[in-house]
Amino acid sequence: MKLKSTLLASTMALVPLSALAADKTVGFSQIGSESGWRAAETTVTKQQAEERGIDLKFADAQQKQENQIKAVRSFIAQGVDAILLAPVVATGWDSVLEEAQDAEIPVILLDRTVDAPDDLYMTAVTSDLVHEGEVAGNWLQDEMAGADCRVVELQGTTGSSPAIDRKKGFEMGIEDAPNIEIVRSQTGDFTRAQGKVVMESFLKAEGAENICALYAHNDDMAVGAIQAIKEAGATPGTDIKIVSIDSVPDIHLAMLAGEANATVELTPNMAGPAFDVLEAYWADGTMPPKWIQTESKLYTLEDDNQAIYDNKKSLGY
Amino acid sequence: MIGSTLRRVTPQLLILGVVLLMNLAVFPGFFTIEFQNGRLFGNLIDVLNRGAPVALLSIGMTLVIATKGIDLSVGAVMAIAGAVAASVVTGGAGWFTALLAALAAGLLCGLWNGILVAIFRVQPIVATLVLMVAGRGIAQLITEGKIMTFLNEGLIHLGAGTVAGVPTPILIWLAMGTLVTLIVRHTALGMLIESIGVNETASRLAGINSRVLLVTVYLVSGFCAALAGVIVAADIKGADANNAGLWMELDAILAVVIGGNSLLGGRFSIVASLLGALIIQSVNSVILLSGMPPEFNLVIKALIIIVILVIQSPTVKHALYLLRASAGSAVPDAKEMGRNAPSAKETRP
Repeated sequence: MKLKSTLLASTMALVPLSALAADKTVGFSQIGSESGWRAAETTVTKQQAEERGIDLKFADAQQKQENQIKAVRSFIAQGVDAILLAPVVATGWDSVLEEAQDAEIPVILLDRTVDAPDDLYMTAVTSDLVHEGEVAGNWLQDEMAGADCRVVELQGTTGSSPAIDRKKGFEMGIEDAPNIEIVRSQTGDFTRAQGKVVMESFLKAEGAENICALYAHNDDMAVGAIQAIKEAGATPGTDIKIVSIDSVPDIHLAMLAGEANATVELTPNMAGPAFDVLEAYWADGTMPPKWIQTESKLYTLEDDNQAIYDNKKSLGY
Repeated sequence: MIGSTLRRVTPQLLILGVVLLMNLAVFPGFFTIEFQNGRLFGNLIDVLNRGAPVALLSIGMTLVIATKGIDLSVGAVMAIAGAVAASVVTGGAGWFTALLAALAAGLLCGLWNGILVAIFRVQPIVATLVLMVAGRGIAQLITEGKIMTFLNEGLIHLGAGTVAGVPTPILIWLAMGTLVTLIVRHTALGMLIESIGVNETASRLAGINSRVLLVTVYLVSGFCAALAGVIVAADIKGADANNAGLWMELDAILAVVIGGNSLLGGRFSIVASLLGALIIQSVNSVILLSGMPPEFNLVIKALIIIVILVIQSPTVKHALYLLRASAGSAVPDAKEMGRNAPSAKETRP
């Protein structure tokens, strides 16, 4: 204990400039490693904490809410200065959030929100799923520039909020373009295998020459669909334009080969905005709004896809 | 032999025909097959090709169910086999080594299930549930939770390639189905497996080594699952431990049931199960081609399958038999009765 405080004191003496955040400890309860994106989110969070000199305590919940509640309780017991929580489910957080509030530790939700009164947490940093779809739709509208376009859509898992919102967003994005029409829409369950199977049936039912573009709710389905298009004897990216969402490394590889055209990033950097908010709060007590929207950046063939691919790969996707 | 098999699978053939006609109704070009880019191209080919994983699983599952068992782990074993193949091939080995490693992993999983069931006498549904849950975790450990992609042409060929224009998965499941059918029907093996399902104690007392046979059927199931897993991974050029084979064990069991095989063990027909797998895939095809919103997918599938199962139920079969009997001669002769009455059919040796 004594050693720790001496260490802390010496760090403070060494870096007086970043002293604001440097003496702070933040606990981060991550869901687990369910996907490449989440692994990248963990990496970026650790990087962000290191850059700002924040001591990050990391807890992996292995997809279990009880582990997350345990982790949050232990953060409270350790007396951390703030808690980042990526909740695995939406419900059942009220009592542990109240405990954090009683201990006067601000909690910031990352990536997902919870069904609890919003005074129990400081803010939620998430992407806007509808906006992501809209960015994709706008891209296609600009790309087509008034030319007629029959679009097929690969939806996410039926009933999931990304599937509902990304569909709605895309429809909003092409609202002003009567030349663009969604002719077929079916679920590909967010997986490569289903993306390929469903695209095969689209190609047979419509004919490859009658499809001008594909919109996939995630990159993995687009990667599967690209293979189906190639096997049907058409050229993905040229004969059929492809736009999808997430910006995982493999879609940038496909874009390098000219087989995909655009992707909208679901940024793994949720912690950056969260730390910004915390630093402002620690400096002068500024309270942030209850929702902070992350940027939904569009990547096209004009970007340096090789560099993006290498960078994403290094994040642990 | 062929005649009796044909009679046995008549209901499945009829159902398959009806479902294929439903496909034709929603998509007029359904039966068109073209030769394009050096491969056969058409919806019928897709049904045969996409039905490959469930068809393969249903071969092993039929044998397991014939012994009154069940294998819930096949979906997870698929994920393990795909992960093993991908990691071996990304480690620099050739496709054949990767295939052998994946099949070995499948056999190992089968051995585990077989030992639990045959030696430790754990109920099959519980014994295989262990691997169903743990197996996916094992696969995730191998791939480190990511989609492990590979570019080995040989391995990809097993899932996405063609031999003489025919997609490789079709040839694999046809070959496997023929091989296993010949082995169990041209030897006494099939009958011995059936006897275990009917009454294991009696079979053992009659001198049948039920333990070895039980382990064997789970080995076959693991082997088939591994083949299916390699095909699925090769098809998308990557091992997706989270999704490969997810819930496919249920489709495999359904294929066996649609094939008219009893879950209580005993008489079985692999050909009928394979037709069951094709029926399921044809139903999936109707849904995809119909262009209905995806919210209806599961409802449509459930409706079609309920109809299929009700038509095959003993009650409906018996009613149909009575109807036919009263329409024809007043009293059917004994021979006719022996062939058509469901009750007589089931007691036939």
